Amino acid sequence: MGVIYILWLREVKKYLRSRVQIIASLGGPLMYLGVLGFGLGPVFQRAGEGNYLQFMAPGVIGMTVLFTAMFSGIAMLWDRQFGFLKETLVAPVPRLSIMIGRTLGGATVAVLQGALIFVVALIAGFRPTSLLAVPLAFLVIALIAVVFAALATAIGSGLKEMQGFQMVMNFLVMPLFFLSGAIYPLDGLPRVLAALTRVDPLTYGVDGMRALLIGRTHFGLPVDLAVLFGVAVLFVFLGAWRFSKIEA
Amino acid sequence: MMIRVQHVVKTFGTVTAVNDVSFDVHAGEIFAFLGPNGAGKTTTIKMLTTLLRPTSGSLELDGLDPATHHREVRQRFGVVFQDPSLDNELTAWENMDIHGVLYHVPRPIRRERCEILLKMFELWDRRADLVKTFSGGMKRRLEIARGLLHTPKVLFLDEPTLGLDPQSRNQMWTHVQNLNKTEGVTVFLTTHYMDEADRVAGRIAVIDHGRIVAIGSSAELKEQTKTDSLEAAFLALTGTTIRDESAAASDSVRAFAKAWRR
Repeated sequence: MGVIYILWLREVKKYLRSRVQIIASLGGPLMYLGVLGFGLGPVFQRAGEGNYLQFMAPGVIGMTVLFTAMFSGIAMLWDRQFGFLKETLVAPVPRLSIMIGRTLGGATVAVLQGALIFVVALIAGFRPTSLLAVPLAFLVIALIAVVFAALATAIGSGLKEMQGFQMVMNFLVMPLFFLSGAIYPLDGLPRVLAALTRVDPLTYGVDGMRALLIGRTHFGLPVDLAVLFGVAVLFVFLGAWRFSKIEA
Repeated sequence: MMIRVQHVVKTFGTVTAVNDVSFDVHAGEIFAFLGPNGAGKTTTIKMLTTLLRPTSGSLELDGLDPATHHREVRQRFGVVFQDPSLDNELTAWENMDIHGVLYHVPRPIRRERCEILLKMFELWDRRADLVKTFSGGMKRRLEIARGLLHTPKVLFLDEPTLGLDPQSRNQMWTHVQNLNKTEGVTVFLTTHYMDEADRVAGRIAVIDHGRIVAIGSSAELKEQTKTDSLEAAFLALTGTTIRDESAAASDSVRAFAKAWRR
């Protein structure tokens, strides 16, 4: 327990200390909310879909959680590089505790970052339809965070080269975001795209948040929660297995 | 006997890194393991520190086999790797504290040991500073202090003075010698600086091409090779050809990470 806690604490401490990084990471989401949100707003309205900012805010929160969680896991490359990973791998503790501590730490950081964007969205004019649903929405956020922090651990365990990091960002993280329906509605999509959105776990996360925050859903909240929970369990197992295979 | 290595062989594919190596390290001694690049030093340390399994032969650390008793063996040694292994974004104290938790040192003892060691290594005043603000010598000292936190029986130092100035090197070995005396910790070190081995090591083993070519005190090695310095003895034993090591994948990442951080 102590091991899980101290490694979790390490991730959170490092996040809270990196003020510049926190501010820098606001740039992307602000751009989406501010420029896309207001820029596409009139078209969205005319198409009869309602307020685009309301629609997009959960998507941008989902995006933030995805990016932060993936980044924290892939930052394992840094720990490998600067050697700290080795310090934990030769310690007389089970690999599983190390993996869980790291992954939960990464997920916590992603939730904190998601909360920050939530506040930013509120300032920009986003209004959840029910305040009572907000805590539940954070449960969905936490599930998204665990899903992608665990996936990132699984991927980070095998990454040895910096180039791999670019590959993951361009061929996994960006598609996961664009296919999630974070910035467009899922109704009436071409069949191939519709199929792709359905295999993206983030789709269910964004849909779950929308269900709770603006009362609009494609799959229904129970389906969203069930899928997220199932994928979280699957990815944690995958991450633990991959992490156990690292050679120090 | 603290360490016993008997007829150990380690092959990677077609390459034999360690070829029938046998030696003993006595409890409480400072033992230097010398050899040119690629001679098999780090591979041997990795086998003793549970990171690699030997292809054949047997190893023992404090009577336990590192290949089968991972946890027990890990609890018994401290290690300072060739490459740094600190978290630069945390303070010196936090690095120590995490290590203490990872090695199951109870909190009161952890605090006490952290304080004693940080003071001994002259890092106490800087304990609340981030490690990234430390000089190379301070980082090395912190790593050694950290490696000793859980009161190990053996301390492995793999080229600990690489890249340090003579002042830092001198000071570091003084600390290590003191610790060896006060805590009785067995020290197993590798270095390319022959003067260091000459100064601190009770016994020296020279390894080349995966085989032990000589073992004994500095005086014995000089006598055996009829030379008057350890450096000359070393060259007499291992020749003067330069060894090339193939670059590991990690080297390219290091370069990239440096460029990225700038």
